[in-house]
Amino acid sequence: MNDGKNEHTEERFSATDEFEQAAARTPARYVLRLYVAGMTPRSQRAIENIKEICETHLAGRYDLEVVDVYQQPERAQEAQIVAAPTLIKQLPLPLRKLIGDMSDTDRVLIGLGVQEKE
Amino acid sequence: MHATEHPGRSTRTELPKSPTGIRGLDEVTGGGLPQGRTTLIVGKAGSGKTLLGMEFLVHGAEEYGEPGVIISFEESAADLVQNVASLGYDVQDLCDRGLFAIDHVEISRSDIIETGEFDLEALFIRLAYAIDSIGAKRVVLDTIESLFSGLANTGILRAELRRLFFWLKEKGVTAVVTGESGEATMTRHGLEEYVSDCVILLDHRVDEQISTRRLRVVKYRGSVHGTNEYPFLIDETGISVLPITSTGLVHTVSQERISSGVERLDAMFEGEGFYRGSTVMITGTPGTGKTSFGASFAHAACLRGEKCLYFSFEESPDQIVRNMQSIGIDLAPHIASGLLAIHSSRPTMYGLEMHLVLMLKMIQELQPAVVVIDPLTDLITIGTQKDVKVMLTRLIDYLKSNGITALFTHLVHIQEAAAPANPVVSSLIDTLIRLQDVESAGERNRGLYVLKSRGMEHSNQIREYRITGGGIELADVYVGPAGMFMGTARFVQEAQERAEEAARREEIAFRKRELERKRSAMEARLAALQGEFAAEEENLRRLIQAESRREKGRDASVREIEKMRRADAAAPREEE
Repeated sequence: MNDGKNEHTEERFSATDEFEQAAARTPARYVLRLYVAGMTPRSQRAIENIKEICETHLAGRYDLEVVDVYQQPERAQEAQIVAAPTLIKQLPLPLRKLIGDMSDTDRVLIGLGVQEKE
Repeated sequence: MHATEHPGRSTRTELPKSPTGIRGLDEVTGGGLPQGRTTLIVGKAGSGKTLLGMEFLVHGAEEYGEPGVIISFEESAADLVQNVASLGYDVQDLCDRGLFAIDHVEISRSDIIETGEFDLEALFIRLAYAIDSIGAKRVVLDTIESLFSGLANTGILRAELRRLFFWLKEKGVTAVVTGESGEATMTRHGLEEYVSDCVILLDHRVDEQISTRRLRVVKYRGSVHGTNEYPFLIDETGISVLPITSTGLVHTVSQERISSGVERLDAMFEGEGFYRGSTVMITGTPGTGKTSFGASFAHAACLRGEKCLYFSFEESPDQIVRNMQSIGIDLAPHIASGLLAIHSSRPTMYGLEMHLVLMLKMIQELQPAVVVIDPLTDLITIGTQKDVKVMLTRLIDYLKSNGITALFTHLVHIQEAAAPANPVVSSLIDTLIRLQDVESAGERNRGLYVLKSRGMEHSNQIREYRITGGGIELADVYVGPAGMFMGTARFVQEAQERAEEAARREEIAFRKRELERKRSAMEARLAALQGEFAAEEENLRRLIQAESRREKGRDASVREIEKMRRADAAAPREEE
């Protein structure tokens, strides 16, 4: 029931690669991972919201991976996910965890550190 | 409504329980924690919550075949493994064998930004994943309240926690949730609202610089449980709860008698000594040799091949061994053979309860036939009278129900020596022996008597005892018209008596000899008189003879003269 949300899963970098790439480029490339628990209305809302924010503010310089922890519970453990949905801003540093359905756009932008750019 | 409940099977179906395997806790809870339900463990930082949870899981995995999961919100997996490794549990090995799983949940508010509605489904998924991966029957959440420090939206959090506890129940796992005790509410964030089946409170109190850990089952729905506060101990083997619930006076008693280790003391108890399983107390003023009596008793037990546990609160094991050697009691071989264990500790090291927990633990481990506590006094001084009575009752009940003969020594001070004994403890004691200093004639002697001995005839005599190079020796005291004498005075008195007797005997002999002499004197005189008499008799006889001869002679001469005269007259005269 909840297939087809794992976008960009094949595009995996090691942390160092990502760091180097991010450091080499300006403005920084964003590596984001959204962890959701099943295809609930809240999960869908979160996916829509974050996609919209990324397209608006980070068009062309972000990678977004959506992970369904029902499918891959071990990844929830690895990434220390407790709440769903959780967005992890892997890069640029510092690492941030954004929890909730991403409906509070201002807080999402603060969390991503892109607010002041606009 | 759950698989773990069996309603209406019989009129008294006990709630199914998951044994914790923690010494004493299963007794207090009547078998363990409620199976398939959630138990809340409340306590302050450092009260042993995590350890209790870990032990619950480790024992479950090792002894009861129930794999366990710990979701740790505070310590990392490596830390947890290391912490219990010092207690001898190899959690890593259990993990490798698929009996144990650790998931460390890290939450720090600093890197979390809330951007809207959320739930804790991811935590549920992690928990379910951990449970399903090893088929866990037991779950520990330690400390779930950490979520409150990581997530700002407590409204969501509370709803999610409520859901979590329902979910755990539906999963059918036996869960332990730990919580920090709070100011106004039992736990800081009111976890007790959600967990209603079983609540256990851990407490760590410091009274007069002595800390005591206590455990109390605050509630246990659907089960009877001990409601008291039970002291517990955390040591190198983990948690032990003092298991003694005063079971009442139902222990079976033995008719068997065992020696006190002092032959003539046995003689004072029908010649057979104490009853096995009885409680003996030896009270005495300082320096009356209480330890020597204790050591004699221990020595005798070891010579019979019985195990003995000796608790000393004044002397170190080495010191006891050395000192007892000086009175001819060699305890060293018994220690070497493992029959005797001497445990020394300072009374101020722990509270009274901790001492008793420790003692019980050691008693359970060694399983001795005989226990000596030397002296009990030091324990009494560290608690209030009420505490002492309660705790000693528990200890004595425990010893009695296990058929262990106990000998306590008890120091009394000189001014209270007239009183029978400490009233707090004396009523718990079966046999009470009193040692007393008797000062007289410039010296101090030791006297002993039996104050009481339940269920047997016992001597009412005061005995003098001496501690000699060959152990303790009892002697009769001198009781005579001049009073009671001990020690040198007894010796002097006895010597005097002997002298008097000798003198009397001498006198009689002298009188006898005197009489004999008199008799012989009398007989000599008698002989002399007889001789004299005989002589006189002889004289007289001679005189008579001479007289008769003379008469004859005179007759003859007369006749001669007549004859001669006849010649004149020619005829003898017959008329004359």
